[in-house]
Amino acid sequence: MIGQVFSWLTDSAHWTDTPIDTGIATQLLAHIRFSLIAVGIAAAIALPLGLLIGHTRRATFLVAGANALRSLPSVGLLVLLTVLIAPHFYGRTDIGYVIPTEIVLVLLAVPPILSNTYAGVDNVSPAVTDAAKGMGMTERQILFGVELPCSLPLIFSGLRSATLQVIATATIASFVPLGGLGRFIYDGLQQQDYPQMISGGVLVAALAMAADLLLALIQRSVVSRGLSGRFSRAVVVTSTSERTEVEAG
Amino acid sequence: MTSMTSTSSSPWHFFGYFLDHRSQDLSWLWTHAWLSVVPVIIGLLIALPLGWLSRRYGWLYPPMVSITGLLYTIPSIALFVLVPPLLGLSSLNPVQVPIALTVYSVALLVRVVADGLASVPDEVNQAATAIGYGGVRRLFAVELPIAVPVIAAGLRVATVSNVSMVAIAGTIGMSNLGQLFQLGKDLSTPTAYYPPIVLGIVLCVLLALVLDGLIILLTRVLTPWRRAVPSR
Repeated sequence: MIGQVFSWLTDSAHWTDTPIDTGIATQLLAHIRFSLIAVGIAAAIALPLGLLIGHTRRATFLVAGANALRSLPSVGLLVLLTVLIAPHFYGRTDIGYVIPTEIVLVLLAVPPILSNTYAGVDNVSPAVTDAAKGMGMTERQILFGVELPCSLPLIFSGLRSATLQVIATATIASFVPLGGLGRFIYDGLQQQDYPQMISGGVLVAALAMAADLLLALIQRSVVSRGLSGRFSRAVVVTSTSERTEVEAG
Repeated sequence: MTSMTSTSSSPWHFFGYFLDHRSQDLSWLWTHAWLSVVPVIIGLLIALPLGWLSRRYGWLYPPMVSITGLLYTIPSIALFVLVPPLLGLSSLNPVQVPIALTVYSVALLVRVVADGLASVPDEVNQAATAIGYGGVRRLFAVELPIAVPVIAAGLRVATVSNVSMVAIAGTIGMSNLGQLFQLGKDLSTPTAYYPPIVLGIVLCVLLALVLDGLIILLTRVLTPWRRAVPSR
């Protein structure tokens, strides 16, 4: 079976479009497009909201409310919204399927980004913000110059788990029926073409890992070394000894 | 497929739909509940020794966390279809979903167990050793009970996300509440027919809430000393 999957994946005919079938390349791009749109919208909503809630420590019920969304079954929501929305766009484009899919994906991506951004800002030590205030920084400067950089590790972990969930769930978009890598899984299932189905699984898993790796690399270059602790050995020794001195004193 | 005995297609008719197809829906709910719980229990049994090892031997912790984190990046539906060829089972085997969910539970819980054991204060361990608790006995009588709240938090995440993932397995032909979504989609081809879809969502959310509540309750029973301490 593994050999069959390998030959299915390496068959160049499966990568390009034909009049009957859409190839891997097109579906991969479609999958990436759905996911990027969803994560983009979710980040545009959840990042500013999380920063604001964390900074002002008000309206924290929004974070709890967003977390309650997580118990909703994503497939069920997707089918419900599709049945609700798709008939209004019948026969024109696939926009009637794209809208419900994007709504579900955004709903999935908002909670991890929102709760992690909030937790990140909330966890910044009061001593640090007090010091910033003492130096004469304005509220805006504290938020963007101190709290935001300090909460980046948590924000990134939220973004990464949101991205993983979106890529995973974009697969289910093919159930309603839309393009994307899930097409191979559901088509393979229907045609009892198991190499195709398993190849779809391999492709989705590979895309998820690649996206996570990419975000990890971005995180590495963006997050301050003072937070991640990635120093050369010589610096680590001095910095830890300094820290213990501060704590002792 | 059962015939449509009820004519109303209103979303609020889901309870009537449930009454009309009670035995089928209950059997799906039952399977769904089993599929959500059993993998977490097996996952915990596997994660306990792995988590203990990565706590006991510190150098094991980073590789253990990265490997399990990598497993967690695999989308659930991909893992469902990847399990049979990797284990040499036939495609669409009834055990592929529980195996995949067990893998996720292990991936999540190894880190949780290790962090939970790490949350036990050093003084407590030293005190336990001083009054004669050694090795295994200290682990089971002192460290694990104190780690229960942290482990339970991980169990809640694993169980609630399992409920949603089992529903996804329903769309590739597995017999559980996900079938209600398949059914609703199939019945909605000419005009929208909401009852099975809404019923599926309601039952999934209720199941997640009940399982979550059970874990909270179990945590309270297992940690009586947390209630004895006056609240801050």
